[in-house]
Amino acid sequence: MNIFKLSIKNIFNKPLSSSISLALLVLGVGIISLLLQLNTLIKDQMDNNLRGIDMVVGAKGSPLQLILSSVYHIDSPTGNISLAEAETISNNRMVGSSIKILYGDNYKGFRIVGAERKFVELYKGVIKEGKDWDNPYEVLVGSKVYEKLKINLGDELISSHGLRETGQSHDEGTFKVVGLLKPSNSVIDQLIITSPQSVWDIHETHDHDEHEHEHEHEHEHEHEHDNREITAMLIKFKSPMNIIQFPRQINENTNLQAAVPSYEISRLFKLFGFGIETLSYLAYLIIIVSGFSLFINLFNSMRERKYEMALIRTLGASRFQLSTMIIFESLVLTISGFILGLLFSRFGVMFVSSLMEESINYNLNSLKILNEEYWLLGLSVLIGVVSSLIPAIQVYKMNISKILADA
Amino acid sequence: MLKTKEVEFNYDNQMFFKFQNIDLNSNENLLIIGDSGVGKTTLMHLLAGLLKSNSGSIKLFDKELNQMSSYQLDSFRKNNIGIVFQRPHFVNSLTVKENLQLAQYIANKNDNTRIESILKNLNIFDKSNKKTNQLSQGEKQRVSIALAIVNSPKLILADEPTSSLDDNNCSKVIKLLKKQATDFGAQLIVITHDSRLKKHFKKSIEL
Repeated sequence: MNIFKLSIKNIFNKPLSSSISLALLVLGVGIISLLLQLNTLIKDQMDNNLRGIDMVVGAKGSPLQLILSSVYHIDSPTGNISLAEAETISNNRMVGSSIKILYGDNYKGFRIVGAERKFVELYKGVIKEGKDWDNPYEVLVGSKVYEKLKINLGDELISSHGLRETGQSHDEGTFKVVGLLKPSNSVIDQLIITSPQSVWDIHETHDHDEHEHEHEHEHEHEHEHDNREITAMLIKFKSPMNIIQFPRQINENTNLQAAVPSYEISRLFKLFGFGIETLSYLAYLIIIVSGFSLFINLFNSMRERKYEMALIRTLGASRFQLSTMIIFESLVLTISGFILGLLFSRFGVMFVSSLMEESINYNLNSLKILNEEYWLLGLSVLIGVVSSLIPAIQVYKMNISKILADA
Repeated sequence: MLKTKEVEFNYDNQMFFKFQNIDLNSNENLLIIGDSGVGKTTLMHLLAGLLKSNSGSIKLFDKELNQMSSYQLDSFRKNNIGIVFQRPHFVNSLTVKENLQLAQYIANKNDNTRIESILKNLNIFDKSNKKTNQLSQGEKQRVSIALAIVNSPKLILADEPTSSLDDNNCSKVIKLLKKQATDFGAQLIVITHDSRLKKHFKKSIEL
């Protein structure tokens, strides 16, 4: 038996009032930690997939949409641009390297991207089985795609037009799986990648009659000798200085759109941020309420237990030992509240992660403890100490003789 | 062993007590008897170091209680004095055995065999793992005696241990207390208004 054990016994002796304070704290800590985790995980995922892409060039429209579609592969593209115009930009001396990508089809909801080989290299894609594509209609399949759809090497995939599952099927759009990629924890995990030529070939036959994409065909007919189109081009600059000047030049002087991913993403997070902040304030409020509830609990139990305290003092315990017991009781509750809150948030992350994986094929799986969560631990300890301070001081100043004489 | 001299105490200048001098040798038990309101509980708290007198001297085991700090008194109490209260008090979240273990812990002791032998001696060993609020009044009183003697005190102070008991039980309890004191080598001071106890003590003083 010792003071610490006694504290724990006291907590379990009053399960109802203890658990109310505990539940409030778990809720408060859990919400904050969940928000922090999601925010960090989404940000990490976004940064991870950025891979040093300085600028994206595509059709005019919303710059955020352009970034979301061609860097993160989660939104519809703004439209197509002509290959010739894209070539002009990629030949500019400020451009370090460029990767052209084009969309058109999907296979059971997973996007088929026509891209240069550099695209796979950008995401450090490694072939697990099979080989790279050599001929049109040969595809590499990302790890999540083949895991989910149970695709094997040599399978034939009949694609549908557009980026959603409901699009019409191409009779001629049959792709052959020649390679499976290792999981790379990046966007290529959820893509089916092929050569640009494959996509061009499929669409050549009926492209000019179809008007499925709203923004398509807005380009001028300057380049009639080559009407091939791409969806977007990912660009790295030679020098980071160009990031200021070059996108503006493109936006002002051409009918293409240039968007800077890092800028768009930080704008997106500012929008998110507002909601997150409001929710966090609410959660901090819950934590403060839990502190009050803890204080009221301890205060009441001091009154109920005053003879007990007096007894412990007459047995020879010092004032200090008794006050320590009160503070321990409070700390045991707040620290277990913190730990349970963290568990709560981890389950929350897993839940949200499974939801996101279903809707946008993104996977968030990291359960490490964030620096901010250490701050939460500090806050929990502080709440524990502060709410037990007045009861502890009362116990310290307790007049045992008077209490015993009144008995 | 106990020597008091001109001990005076007043509560907020309203109640004033002047106690007669006590001189008790080693190996003697003492009955302090007095009517309500003469300051019996006050005297007991003074002897136990729970209160400090305003003037005079209390010398217990050659230590002057009035000169000790509150911390020294706590420490003196746990090493020398066991108290049996008028109404038994326990830590309600703990079992009988755990209450005794807590008392030992406070006195930096850890001796389960002693706990067992005390509980057996008091005939409540089968209640070891019961919570204290599950005990009968008689059992509670025994446990409170166990708490008083678990740390082998040299002095047991009992405050009105028999006031609410019938003659039969009164005599049982006081015999039990005396036996425990003798068995575990402690002296006993009983403070009470219960004149039935007079016949059990050779030495008594009246307040």
